[in-house]
Amino acid sequence: MHDNEHTSHHHEESFIRKYLFSLDHKMIGKQFLIYGLLMFFLGGGLALLFRWQLAYPDQPLPIIGASQQYMDEGEVVTGADRMWERIYESEKEEWLEINMPNGVVDPAFYNMLFTMHATVMVFFVVVPILVGAFGNFLIPLMIGTRDMAFPILNMLSFWFAVLAAVIMTIGFFVPGGHAAAGWTGYAPLSSDAQWTGVEWGQILWGLSLFVQGLSSLVGSINYITTIINMRAPGMTFFRLPLVIWSLFIVAILLLLAFPVLSSAIVLLVFDRLAGTTFFTTTAEGGGDPLLWQHLFWFFGHPEVYILILPGMGIASELVAVFSRKPIFGYRSMVYAMIAIAFLGWIVWGHHMFQSGMRPGLGSVFMTTTMLIAVPSAIKTFNWLGTMFKGSIRFTTPMLHAIAFVSMFVIGGLSGIYMANTPVDIFIHDTYYIVAHIHYVVFGGSLFAVFGGIIFWFPKMYGRYMNDTLSKIHFWLTFVAFNCTFFPMHILGVGGHMRRISNPMQYEFLQGFEGMNIFITMSAFTLGFAQLILVFNFFWSIFRGKVAEQNPWHVNTLEWEAPTPVPHGNFGQIPTVYRGPYEYSVPDEEDDWIPQTRPEHAPATGGD
Amino acid sequence: MLQWLPENVSTFGQGVDNLFYAIYYITLITLILVMATLITFLIKYRYQEGKKATYIEGSTTLEIVWTAATTVIVFVLAMFSYPQWNKIKSPTSFPENPDVVVQVSGKQFNWDMTYPGPDNEFGTDDDLTLENELHVPVNAVVHIQLTAVDVIHSFFVPQLRLKQDALPSRFIDMWFEATKAGRYEIPCAELCGFGHSGMLGYLNVHAQTDYDAWLQERWPQ
Repeated sequence: MHDNEHTSHHHEESFIRKYLFSLDHKMIGKQFLIYGLLMFFLGGGLALLFRWQLAYPDQPLPIIGASQQYMDEGEVVTGADRMWERIYESEKEEWLEINMPNGVVDPAFYNMLFTMHATVMVFFVVVPILVGAFGNFLIPLMIGTRDMAFPILNMLSFWFAVLAAVIMTIGFFVPGGHAAAGWTGYAPLSSDAQWTGVEWGQILWGLSLFVQGLSSLVGSINYITTIINMRAPGMTFFRLPLVIWSLFIVAILLLLAFPVLSSAIVLLVFDRLAGTTFFTTTAEGGGDPLLWQHLFWFFGHPEVYILILPGMGIASELVAVFSRKPIFGYRSMVYAMIAIAFLGWIVWGHHMFQSGMRPGLGSVFMTTTMLIAVPSAIKTFNWLGTMFKGSIRFTTPMLHAIAFVSMFVIGGLSGIYMANTPVDIFIHDTYYIVAHIHYVVFGGSLFAVFGGIIFWFPKMYGRYMNDTLSKIHFWLTFVAFNCTFFPMHILGVGGHMRRISNPMQYEFLQGFEGMNIFITMSAFTLGFAQLILVFNFFWSIFRGKVAEQNPWHVNTLEWEAPTPVPHGNFGQIPTVYRGPYEYSVPDEEDDWIPQTRPEHAPATGGD
Repeated sequence: MLQWLPENVSTFGQGVDNLFYAIYYITLITLILVMATLITFLIKYRYQEGKKATYIEGSTTLEIVWTAATTVIVFVLAMFSYPQWNKIKSPTSFPENPDVVVQVSGKQFNWDMTYPGPDNEFGTDDDLTLENELHVPVNAVVHIQLTAVDVIHSFFVPQLRLKQDALPSRFIDMWFEATKAGRYEIPCAELCGFGHSGMLGYLNVHAQTDYDAWLQERWPQ
């Protein structure tokens, strides 16, 4: 990193080097952020399509349904008709006719919709934003270095992710449709085209995730190396901000977990292309469908913690900064995250309680799973402890952090039901699990993401996001989120299965029609509320109020760098003298002390 | 929220519901306490002119207290759950000498119910396979050998509190004893293809006399 001294001064770059194939961690972070926000709309749009079907089974979709009217009557009446006139002139007609005959979501298309909703959200939205965007932007700035250890690998990581997204998008348009075996891709449904009618879609799904795995792999190597080797002088491990700790732990999880999925996917693709039957049995022998589930969830459960840990890290920063207090129990927060990461490896069987796995093993996995309640409780109580006797500023990022804590509590508590094997017999594969995952990953991770975006936006773009729009977005999202996902707990208690396209086919679910309509209305509100965020985001990049260097009065190093942050980040590499959360120290005039301020006061790491 | 649970009609269902209720009250109380604390803190410790936050870095005693408390609750809950789980799922603890044995096989998109007939042996001429209709007597131990022919399905009877995935080329044993006559739905709970939604069988629980009449009708002697 010796040559960085030169690059930090007046280094003119071409447009392509600066905005496309950038080696600068900040630009790569922003690229990941915009990538994630764009994919967020794809994933959300898919969800709205299947929510319509759940509320109004087999009724034509509002706009797409108009296409049939146009076809029948051939008359241009509305703007929608004009749109459909153009589309029907093109070859897309067939695509629409196959997937949405008469404007109604076909059952096979429905399966594709929820499969791709989950795939896109997990692999192309939450991980790229939490790990790709925040990881890249924050790690070098917060540990006090000029860039990542391997800038070229960093750039590769982003372009692998773009390649993966392109492959995944192509899958929507191949004959036979996109993957429709659930995001979990259970074999044999996924491993043989005859069971779903999906031909290339499933293979492209696998290929895309394989490439996304390469992106995560090079990214995580980079993060781990950078955090271990390139911390600023004085930046000991126990002076690292908690968000960096969370990203460090997540990088280790990604490094170890993703190759398991990649291997399983290779086997799956061989099963489809070469008939290897790793995951199916034939008369002459073969493999076992449960093998896929073990491999998938051995990856899948650490993946779930990859989705939540950075959210916890971001929330910790926000809660401490806006309570103007040190994090309560800094070290126990770190140990709790390490414990969650460790337990994440030995709980995967709880996804398979009803799979035919040996029942005795179920009891073991129940015990390990319920133990996760312990570090989760530690974290929750420590966030509350941080607010205790604080001086809480209700800024928009703080509102998001409070939403994160309260939604995470609900999501964490609902997890105990599923961890409990006898109760899981009933609620397994019902909407209870759908409610749980969304409370953790949307209520948890995405509120942290929104809070984090608004909080670090001034450092990223040198401007504030519009606060009025941010507040409207927050309240709409918070209310619509709870209206969408809380009733799903009740559906689950009623036994409403997930992944069914028409609940009205079942006698025992007749009473839930109204609730499904309510959920769909809320989901549409939730979806449209996100337009506010994206409009605000792009508008503020160009038109937002110009921000000063450290608008929130934060101690950590990223706020020491000038705004906008130049290439190479810091004029001179800062030296760290204290922990990251020295807020409201007694006998100090200001209620914050930057990590770089040297003093005779003993440098503390938390406790 | 728990009044939404479908009526329970199996002997082991009450045990499942009891755990459900226990967890419900534990989590509900925890949720109320945490939220009340959070809201109190937000109001009490909001920013006020001239008031500074108190510098507190943590408390080892508190960390130990809430770690220990959570661990104890978790283990107590687990202790009550093991026997319930084994009772329902572990073949070694199933009631012996079942009154009825049926093979159930999931296929896209139906349930095949195969009865062994009067000789009580599968694979003989008097076997009877019914599509989507399972007939059992009330208050009798029923053993089911569950399998699938194509992909994974999941046998789910909400009122029995019973769910089990069906795997191709493997038989998985399960049991139940229904306590109330009636006709109950058997949806498939594991995604199995485009016809997954609507893959639906029926469990017909008959009074003993009606069941005998049904047997007589099927295997006249």
